[in-house]
Amino acid sequence: MVNPEIIGKTYPVTKPYVVGREKIREFALATFHSENSPSVSLEASKKAGFGDLVAPPTFAIVLQQQSLEMVIDDPEAELDFSRVVHGDQGFRYQRPIVAGDELTSQLSVESLKELAGNQMITFVTKIFDPQGSEISEARSTLVVRGG
Amino acid sequence: MELGQIVFDKKLHFTRDSLVRYAGASGDFNPIHYRDDIAQRVGLPGVLAHGMLTMGAAISPLFDELGIGVLDYSVRFSKPVLVDAENGSELNVSAEVVELDGDKAKLAIKALFNDQTVLAKSFAWVTNA
Repeated sequence: MVNPEIIGKTYPVTKPYVVGREKIREFALATFHSENSPSVSLEASKKAGFGDLVAPPTFAIVLQQQSLEMVIDDPEAELDFSRVVHGDQGFRYQRPIVAGDELTSQLSVESLKELAGNQMITFVTKIFDPQGSEISEARSTLVVRGG
Repeated sequence: MELGQIVFDKKLHFTRDSLVRYAGASGDFNPIHYRDDIAQRVGLPGVLAHGMLTMGAAISPLFDELGIGVLDYSVRFSKPVLVDAENGSELNVSAEVVELDGDKAKLAIKALFNDQTVLAKSFAWVTNA
């Protein structure tokens, strides 16, 4: 069971993550984007007004995942990832993520609730550019199955 | 876009290969997405798709075909999408314009698996192309 003491805990800012063009392509193709997607085709992304491939709308999960690793590796949190299923997920973008971006993220534990023997833990992950401006926020609720 | 417009309506086929590919691309290596024994040990019927695979795939036609920006996208994973080792599983994804606000549009994203809603409270705010 997740330790309630981590409610309100903010984890350290991650190391910078450089968004690679091929990583965007790999992620886009894995999420059923087409060969003509602005996430796969440079021609399509330039036509859409970007200098390089644009990340798909759920790409920020890669950044969130990096922050979440800190929680999984945190002995205080006691989060057993094999008992986790995804409850809710949301993304808000101030601007799209583009290949070449160098991003960091920082996760905070917003709440922990118990429901029918399961725990619901909500994290907020903010994603920053090198100037420290927030470009996206990911909000995630995980259900930790009891038993 | 106009109110009530169905922006896309599409069938997607998930296989176990799709899950492995998504695990690698996203870095989410939770074994419930590739090992039936571990899925069953935590009380699930078997291997299920990453919710994030469903969420990402459900909006892909919008982004690819219209090339529009997604400002906000949130979902609730209301039912698991079980992926059969041999036959995979079929999803029906669609989007309907439910609100217009200046240069922005709100879309209700639907994803059905076995005629059941797998993404609930699922909305995207996009730039109105």
